[in-house]
Amino acid sequence: MAVSIAAMVAVFILGQVVLLIAIIRPARDGATQVPWWNVFTFGTLTLLFVVLTVRAETLWAANRFQGPSYDALQVEVVGQQYAWYFRYPGTDARFGIVRPELVDAAAGNPLGLDAKDPAARDDLVTSQLVVPVGREVNLRLRSLDVIHGFFIPGMRLKQNAVPGSVFNVHFTPTEIGRYPIVCSQVCGSGHYRMEAELRVVSLNEFSDWLAKHAPVAQVSQ
Amino acid sequence: MKRAAIPPSTTRFALRRIFSTHHHVIALQYGVLALLAVITGTTLSLFMRFHLAWPNLQLPFWGMIRPEDYLALVTMHGTIMVFFVLTVAPVSVWSNLVLPEQIGARQMSLPWLNACGFWITAAAFAVLVAAFFVPQGAPIGGWTAYPPLSAIAATGPGQGAGMDCWIASIGLFCLGSSCGAINMLVTITRERCKGMTLLRMPLTVWSWYTTAILSTIVFPVLLAAALLLLSDRHFGTHYFVPGGLIVAGKLLRQGGDGSPLLWQHLFWFFGHPEVYIAVLPAMGITSSILANFTRRQPGSYKLMVATTLSIGLLGLIVWGHHMFVSGMNPYAGMAFSLTTIAIALPSTVKVLAWLRTLWNGQTNRGAWRATPMLFTLGFISFFIAGGLTGPILAQPMLDSYLHNTYFVLGHFHLIMGMAVVFSMFAATYYWFPLMTGRLMSERLGQWHFWLSLIGAYAVFLPMHLAGLAGLPRHYAQMSGPTTHFGALQPLQREITYSAFLLGAAQLIFLWNLVRSWDHGIVAKSDPWNATTLEWAPPEWFAENHREVSVAPYVDGDRAVNANSAQWKSEQFPAPHRPPAE
Repeated sequence: MAVSIAAMVAVFILGQVVLLIAIIRPARDGATQVPWWNVFTFGTLTLLFVVLTVRAETLWAANRFQGPSYDALQVEVVGQQYAWYFRYPGTDARFGIVRPELVDAAAGNPLGLDAKDPAARDDLVTSQLVVPVGREVNLRLRSLDVIHGFFIPGMRLKQNAVPGSVFNVHFTPTEIGRYPIVCSQVCGSGHYRMEAELRVVSLNEFSDWLAKHAPVAQVSQ
Repeated sequence: MKRAAIPPSTTRFALRRIFSTHHHVIALQYGVLALLAVITGTTLSLFMRFHLAWPNLQLPFWGMIRPEDYLALVTMHGTIMVFFVLTVAPVSVWSNLVLPEQIGARQMSLPWLNACGFWITAAAFAVLVAAFFVPQGAPIGGWTAYPPLSAIAATGPGQGAGMDCWIASIGLFCLGSSCGAINMLVTITRERCKGMTLLRMPLTVWSWYTTAILSTIVFPVLLAAALLLLSDRHFGTHYFVPGGLIVAGKLLRQGGDGSPLLWQHLFWFFGHPEVYIAVLPAMGITSSILANFTRRQPGSYKLMVATTLSIGLLGLIVWGHHMFVSGMNPYAGMAFSLTTIAIALPSTVKVLAWLRTLWNGQTNRGAWRATPMLFTLGFISFFIAGGLTGPILAQPMLDSYLHNTYFVLGHFHLIMGMAVVFSMFAATYYWFPLMTGRLMSERLGQWHFWLSLIGAYAVFLPMHLAGLAGLPRHYAQMSGPTTHFGALQPLQREITYSAFLLGAAQLIFLWNLVRSWDHGIVAKSDPWNATTLEWAPPEWFAENHREVSVAPYVDGDRAVNANSAQWKSEQFPAPHRPPAE
């Protein structure tokens, strides 16, 4: 991004300066035709665009053309007007069945986990995204109502959560810290306050956090 | 035939014939509509800026702006500006005023359809503004109206009757624009006078031609999408709405497998060419005015035609760059980013051609101070500024940070908003004598220009910084439990102050417009020494109309001078000099 921005700022300043000089340049008799200058400028700019394009596509391919590694931490992100929910698959490493008709936030089941499904019983649903540092995270994005934009500015990560579909996006946090999660796709009157937090913690802290928040159902078994 | 020669009293008479099918009357009608729309849209944006700078203050005539009010303001501002200002002004106002004359035609091919186009568009505007007055007010989903937010009334205030108004308005607008575009296509194809070959048309006509082609392709698609959305809302279909949604705690529609992404594809298939529908005429006007004031042809004529066409055609296959993070296949994202960056090439050619025209031209003799020229230079400046952020946003990985942030706002407000609006100002100052027989005040025009230029940059450049800081658009407030956007509040204040300056500068323009209409300096025939045919005096037209042995535009001066000594003086060489055959 820095390269792109620097290049464009430079061209911007250059363009405005040439425009200004062209306007205030003192009068000269006879047409001064400088086609070679145009060809040269066009060639240079074309080269710049080609270089930026190659960089851009390489970066995009590296980030989006391949799925996460097999040992990536799996977390489901569910957007709803105006909150983010995060679901961890639990010890069985499987996301349990969810049913829209079972969704009842007031009863503590905001995602509609089906208690009859064993895989669902150990699923952990939180309002905070906590991940260990250095481990790849794969997010599966869903939405219960309208389109939401899952955006972690600190991770340079953005992907829409679209109802009716599941989209995956993966990243590897490298620095411990707290990062805001916001909504980047207008989703209704509370759009501006649809926020959550990403906490990147050490591996130990992550294990402790998981154990502490493990669903009661699992503990009782 | 020629408005320049008609005394102002006749103009008023023409205005009185409201339901005229004459293209000059329709041009004025579109002009009034665009002016009303731009005043409304600007006022809404000032309300937004006011709220962003002082979230807790009450607005006059409004009261406290709630978050949904803010989103309604955003949605209506965007819709009004994109459709009723940036489409109506470049495409409909000026083409109706000068296009037939520029190609030596006596009238539009389909004047009745043309008038229909205006009245449908006017109705569309009325229906849109009505959204403010229906229960729960105007829609809040942004001008792109992504379903399911736009498909389900329960998703928020304004998504009921207000959203229906929005859809009806857009549907009407598509119909109206299609009427206008069909008329324009037929007129340019069939009504050119003898000798006016395609490669002798002014570049304005070429840009309207390209625009009309784009319009006939994309507006029907948007119309279809609007109908499908309406059907989803009221007739229980599932084009865009998947089943199993839970809205406001209630389960809606168990079945159905509609795709919200389908709307985005249909909408942006229209939405991106729409940008070129607005910008291409502005480019044509820029080329023409530049040629006129520098007494040079704008670059190579054929190259300018080729770039106009290629920008238009490439514009049809780039819509996916609005959808890099929508969930679209990443391979498609790559393809769309390649086509998008490809547009930078013909755009670069155009800008370089303009710069070269300026460099070699005679602007240094003071001609650049003329108001049409000033605003044209403003267009070029904004086009460079807003254009250069295009290749940044076209990179999918960078866009996945910048998408829907203030960076995008800065980008498209510079290139689509300010650039096109400045070009419209240039056209107004330039062609004003054709409408009134008078000139607008140059002195007020210069004040208008400099204040607007400073105001516009002061508003939209800082938005790029806010975007780089990650601030998403459509945020009614920036304070929350976790975000750090509160630090951007001083920047928001600065933008708001600048927006007020920019808005105030437009009052100078309005005053100039109203005042000059009846009291401006009476213009001599062809006040800017132009060579395009809309300025030809009536006698010249009477003598030569449809009988020209030399193409009027191609070798303008010689042809005109042979017939009318008054129109052209020898000391002004023809600015456009397309290749002689």
